[in-house]
Amino acid sequence: MRLTNEEHDIMDGKSGSNTRDALQYQIDVGEFFGAEQFVRVRSAHLASDAESLREFGVGYLQQLADTGIKFRIPTTTNGQASDPARAAELGQNLIWAKRTEQIQASLETMGAYVCNTCVNYQTIDQPTLGENLAWGDTGTVIWANSICGARSNFEAGPAALMAGITGRVPAYGYHCNEQRLATVLVDCTASPSGRADWGALGAIVGRQLNDYWKVPCFVGSHLSPSPDDLKALGAALASFGSLGMFHWVGITPEAPTIEVAFGGKPPVATISVSEETIFNLINEYVPESSKADLVVFSAPQLSLFELKELSIMLDGSKCHSSTRLVSTTSPIVRNEAARLGIIRDLDRAGMLTLAGTCFYVMAPHELRATHGYHTLVTDSAKLANIIGGYGYNAVLRRTEDCIKAAITGTIDR
Amino acid sequence: MTLPKRAPDIVFEGPPGLGPDTHGEALVSQHGFSARYDLDRENGIFSRKEHDLFGISYVNKILIFPTSKGGIATSWMLSEMKSRKMVPLGLIFASTNPVMVQGAALAGLPIMHRCHPHPHLSTNSGDVVMMEPSNGRVSVWHTGASE
Repeated sequence: MRLTNEEHDIMDGKSGSNTRDALQYQIDVGEFFGAEQFVRVRSAHLASDAESLREFGVGYLQQLADTGIKFRIPTTTNGQASDPARAAELGQNLIWAKRTEQIQASLETMGAYVCNTCVNYQTIDQPTLGENLAWGDTGTVIWANSICGARSNFEAGPAALMAGITGRVPAYGYHCNEQRLATVLVDCTASPSGRADWGALGAIVGRQLNDYWKVPCFVGSHLSPSPDDLKALGAALASFGSLGMFHWVGITPEAPTIEVAFGGKPPVATISVSEETIFNLINEYVPESSKADLVVFSAPQLSLFELKELSIMLDGSKCHSSTRLVSTTSPIVRNEAARLGIIRDLDRAGMLTLAGTCFYVMAPHELRATHGYHTLVTDSAKLANIIGGYGYNAVLRRTEDCIKAAITGTIDR
Repeated sequence: MTLPKRAPDIVFEGPPGLGPDTHGEALVSQHGFSARYDLDRENGIFSRKEHDLFGISYVNKILIFPTSKGGIATSWMLSEMKSRKMVPLGLIFASTNPVMVQGAALAGLPIMHRCHPHPHLSTNSGDVVMMEPSNGRVSVWHTGASE
């Protein structure tokens, strides 16, 4: 890679050995992908959950913080493995709360904004068209690239950490114009409604593409997706397909027309999505038991509007005594929801609303073993996709069916 | 594991990868890979029922996949797994996202992609594999172990 004078100085150790090591790490990754230079980034978003880091990562960040190194750019944190204030109520092993607090302390020492949210774009940091970022959580990246027209690769945990330290990233992938062009056309004749449907749409397309370097372009002029709809779509595309960007003609900023989205080139493939396709995707998730052990609204964290919608749908009903009802949101949204009385209503329904975490990073394998959970009902396609690896029977259903499962304690087989 | 003295049955070539040379037993999948989505890291096995390597140990094997999948957690998890000696020897993909490379770089694990022909189509689990990331070369000795 070609380095600037400042970057040569960093490599000469003039900013300290840790900054030099961080830049060397970025050079290694950049050269793997053929980057020729660095690009400055405005902010970094860092995934640092204890479920991924465990003892190794806790010690790694502690050692780094002890050197006195500071982030050069605003660096925010993604959802953590625990909501320490509610871990005991959830019945989570408190080691995860302890590790979370240790990680937070280290990152705060380094100057991070410990916001603990995977929806930073809804609450904290709204990117602008064309700016470069170093964001971590895949849902945040696909949002920044697609909805905002900002530019970021998946800068996973250590990569976002290094970017926060150096203030730059190697310029490859979604920092480059060519990679941002659509390659696959998605003809959506379905009319998805709600998180499960929008997530299913993302799952269908993500599964078929399954390649970070492919970019779908949706056509569906009969649809007007809300930000929360697009959040669910993007999260599922990223989860099922590891996709970093999508276009929607007439909605996303780099797709005013199909021709612009594709850069004048023809699509390499076309995918059609109908109502039936979405119905079938949702019903792939078959309950192995009629007992709903868990009903979870999470992944990504819920917005204020989504929490309010749940409180309206619960309509004063109580969660069944044998079912655990959980939602996750950002600390900022939870505080606001509490101020507005939404949390009070959710509490009365028996929903535990966790802040600063996401269900699948909460050591779900331990929760399953400790509480005997098996069947997890959710309207999040992303969560349904992930949680199977932790030994759960994932059941993706529409929000109203999830609410029904929570109240009755059962799920139709 | 010692390398066979005969010439390799296949040599794959591609762009330079990352990490040190290594050799060992191949574990080949036709599915994608994510440490979070697919692994029981405590026991060192694939834990996703739908995965074609379900129930098989990945420890000290060279893992070969068509693609990476899912999210970002693997970036930390490879180092965490290495700290407990529950880590693969190396990773080979037909095409990978940045997450695997960012994780392998931190952990010091060899990783390669975009070799031709695609290793996941021409290598079998149990074959002996030599990775030379700096040369962009993967050598394979068939053993017939998976037949």
